[in-house]
Amino acid sequence: MTRTRLFRSRSSEEKEEEEEQHYSKHNITTSTGMRVIVPLQGVVQGRGGLFLGSVIPCALFYFFQLYLKRHRSQPNPPPPQPPPENSGGQLAEVSVSVLPRSLSRVHLSPRSPGGPAYVSGRANSIVKGGDSPHDVGLRKALEDPYHQSGNPDGVIQLGLADNKLSLDLVGEWLAKNAIFGEELSIGGIASYQPFDGLMELKVAVAGFMSQVMKKSVFFNPSQIILTAGATPAIEMLSFCLADTGNAFLVPTPYYPCFDRDVKWRTGVEIIPVPCRSADNFSLSLTALDRAFNQAKKRGTKVRGIIISNPSNPMGSLLDRETLYRLLDFAREKNIHIVSNELFAGSTHGNEEFVSMAEIIDLEDLDRNRVHIVYGLSKDLSLPGFRVGIIYSFNDNVLAAAKKLTRFSSISALSQRLLVFMLSDSNFIQQFIEINRERLRRMYIKFVAGLKQLGIECIKSHGGFYCWADMRGYIPSYSEKGELELWDKLLNMAKVNVTPGSCCHCIEPGWFRFCFTTLTEKDIPVVMDRIRKITETCKSHS
Amino acid sequence: MRHLSTKATCNSHGQDSSYFLGWEEYEKNPYDEVQNPKGIIQMGLAENQLSFDLLESWLEKNPEPAGFKRDGKSIFRELALFQDYHGLPAFKKALVEFMAEIRGNRVSFDPNHMVLTAGATSANETLMFCLAEPGEAFLLPTPYYPGFDRDLKWRTEVEIVPIHCTSSNDFQITETALEAAYHEAQQRNLRVKGVLVTNPSNPLGTTLSRSELNLLISFITTKGIHLISDEIYSGTVFSSPGFVSVMEVLKDRNCDKTEVWDRVHIVYSLSKDLGLPGFRVGAIYSNDDVVVATATKMSSFGLVSSQTQYLLSALLSDKKFTKNYISENQKRLKKRQNMLVMGLERAGISCLKSNAGLFCWVNMRHLLRSDTFEAEMELWKKIVYDVRLNISPGSSCHCTEPGWFRVCFANMTEETLDLAIKRLKDFVVEHTANGHSKSNNSSKNSKRKFLLKWVLRLSSRDRDQEPDER
Repeated sequence: MTRTRLFRSRSSEEKEEEEEQHYSKHNITTSTGMRVIVPLQGVVQGRGGLFLGSVIPCALFYFFQLYLKRHRSQPNPPPPQPPPENSGGQLAEVSVSVLPRSLSRVHLSPRSPGGPAYVSGRANSIVKGGDSPHDVGLRKALEDPYHQSGNPDGVIQLGLADNKLSLDLVGEWLAKNAIFGEELSIGGIASYQPFDGLMELKVAVAGFMSQVMKKSVFFNPSQIILTAGATPAIEMLSFCLADTGNAFLVPTPYYPCFDRDVKWRTGVEIIPVPCRSADNFSLSLTALDRAFNQAKKRGTKVRGIIISNPSNPMGSLLDRETLYRLLDFAREKNIHIVSNELFAGSTHGNEEFVSMAEIIDLEDLDRNRVHIVYGLSKDLSLPGFRVGIIYSFNDNVLAAAKKLTRFSSISALSQRLLVFMLSDSNFIQQFIEINRERLRRMYIKFVAGLKQLGIECIKSHGGFYCWADMRGYIPSYSEKGELELWDKLLNMAKVNVTPGSCCHCIEPGWFRFCFTTLTEKDIPVVMDRIRKITETCKSHS
Repeated sequence: MRHLSTKATCNSHGQDSSYFLGWEEYEKNPYDEVQNPKGIIQMGLAENQLSFDLLESWLEKNPEPAGFKRDGKSIFRELALFQDYHGLPAFKKALVEFMAEIRGNRVSFDPNHMVLTAGATSANETLMFCLAEPGEAFLLPTPYYPGFDRDLKWRTEVEIVPIHCTSSNDFQITETALEAAYHEAQQRNLRVKGVLVTNPSNPLGTTLSRSELNLLISFITTKGIHLISDEIYSGTVFSSPGFVSVMEVLKDRNCDKTEVWDRVHIVYSLSKDLGLPGFRVGAIYSNDDVVVATATKMSSFGLVSSQTQYLLSALLSDKKFTKNYISENQKRLKKRQNMLVMGLERAGISCLKSNAGLFCWVNMRHLLRSDTFEAEMELWKKIVYDVRLNISPGSSCHCTEPGWFRVCFANMTEETLDLAIKRLKDFVVEHTANGHSKSNNSSKNSKRKFLLKWVLRLSSRDRDQEPDER
């Protein structure tokens, strides 16, 4: 009997529903062992039906906290190397320096008057965390950037979603129109402005979003909150919709920086919902449901789902039906949906982009649970100006987010310039069309180039990335094997790509390539370099 | 449900307080010389509008930076893509040099220790995230900027414990007060992580003396805690004693490269000194590499626009301009402050002697019906509705003594200031004639209950006004 029960508790994680029913069918015996084990099992399975089921975890937790307090360690990191010099060019977020992974820790009682004041846990996590491959790659590309003529042996940056394809169009517009005069003067904008953005810019952005989505939706400027980039927009929504310890469901693979944006300062968790190559990494509602239930059993409160559409890194679009089913799911579980539509204007395939706003537009149900994140960094190629948008149908969220914008406000100087630019609807229309065309051309060429090397990509319809299958080239079917290939690509081929593990992909061997930082002439160079690695890898496997 | 998080629905953002009334009333009925001469004059906004013409004329003479050009070439491409959280090197260099210039070049700063943020608001919050855990505390001398209740506490869940300063010594920080605050924190079971001071002070408009700075440094050394010096008004010091930065005092004590060196952090901004709050430029300066590394990564949540960084790097690199701007700006502030102080004196109102800032700390205790915060509120409402001036009551700044008000003078024209002073004078005359002001021997003891009640209520409710009130 005991053995059966233990077996049941071990396998309960694997087949929850069946086990639950199975368990409930058996009576609780009165043996002494059962009196101890049953409440403990109750604890493990998250059921606090019995008094002990709540007292035991509380007591354990209390003693654990006491233990931690008594033995709080004082990390004393050696000073890190100074950050590399910036050439002030095409840069991205780079971690400061290589910080050693293991540090000598000095144990000090936190209450001793002479003890040094240490920094917060958040700061320590930076010190202890070291650098992810994502960061290392970005930094190497920064230190030794490829240039066709100037530095032909430099690192080619394929890990960062900068759209350089259509910057010339914006540059031309500026050269013609940005003459310092009325539109660019600082009169009236130097003083304090509303933290959530100038109304003129909200109107202009609403118009731009509508244009970008082919006029399928009308966006209401008074439902827009402007933030200094999409990064704070995501964090703000995380603060508004969830408390510390709550969680969001996020389908994997996902944008690596969600870990920072959603979790770091908020204390909110991400529960990954794995998508598989067998399904072309498409979102499975069954997986979503399972993840939700597992979280519930663990006692974690799920507050919402974060989807990216077009997705990063796959570049796939969610169709209308999936969006409706997501909405049904959110309604059933009573949670929010955050739709990250940052690449909405950068579609290059044949599929139609459908915004979450369109789904809500048609049916007035549950508008309060849908929130859209957008920005001008991708679709308008202006990440430097820091323009992010929260679009919500929920007045309470808008009110709360508005108050938070004091911490992440857009410079009024840039706001004014953008009002000017976005109001030129002819230019914007032209820009969107030409940009799409260039994206399509580049995507086709890049994917064809990879195909010639024997590397297949998931069919993508939007965004700046290819999600490439390199499982045939990794030395072992594991994260370790994947990182070994990544390392070869970076240090031998000098091509920076993002390994799937950074995106929390559960299947090793997938890599994310960005194709918008290249010109067409660079493609053969890139393919050549990759070929050198794939040939050596093939010969080994 | 879909209800929001505790943080989104709680009151810690402080914008639901009753003092919001003043701002609301101003918005409904704003003064305009021509269109609405009987409207409410805004004297609760610490904005520097006095030297704007200097900036505009520089921009006219130097159109290239605003047009994304450098030496005739377009650098738009670089700027459009630039989102490196280390900041534009040219801008950081120009900014540290500007900061050094304001301190008479008695100290110098290293650009690698500077982190750019979208305004000082973001800088203060980021420092809290870097230095303290939820539930820990920072000590702040009262009265302090009302926005701190939101900026330092809201998302970070850090507590503020006040260091009580009184008018008996012109609100200077004393050792007794520091120890008392530390003790209070311990009573409340709060772990103190540091002290945060504003130097020059908001709302007092005074610079910290060398002895106060020395006292603070000794205090943090003994307790092993941090010191944050919010120096956003450092360029607005217009008379003696001059501005002494905490860095100077550390240097004088030969503290560089000692442990305490790493625990002193400065917050700066261009919103007050350059009068550019709309541009959202703030900075954290720290000697601690971990703090710099963490704050740099956190600045992703509020980066400064590359366009702004470039424009300001060109502006601040023009040393001739900055030298002239600093001195001219200070001259104009001094003149304006003098105008307000003299005008108030003629109305029988005294101010705390101040040498910096964009405001005066005004003493209207003699106009209170009783020595209570309730009476202060009454007086404040009269001033907002009847006199039609929006000023900031001392209780919103957590002042322990009722009757003090912060009155700004740099966000309006001279004529408007004249009008404001006249209105106040008329009010005082009428007020005194009606015998409303309290007599010298009012029954303080019997009002103690009210006092306690109000202090408790007011200190548990965060006060702040929309928009930013610094």
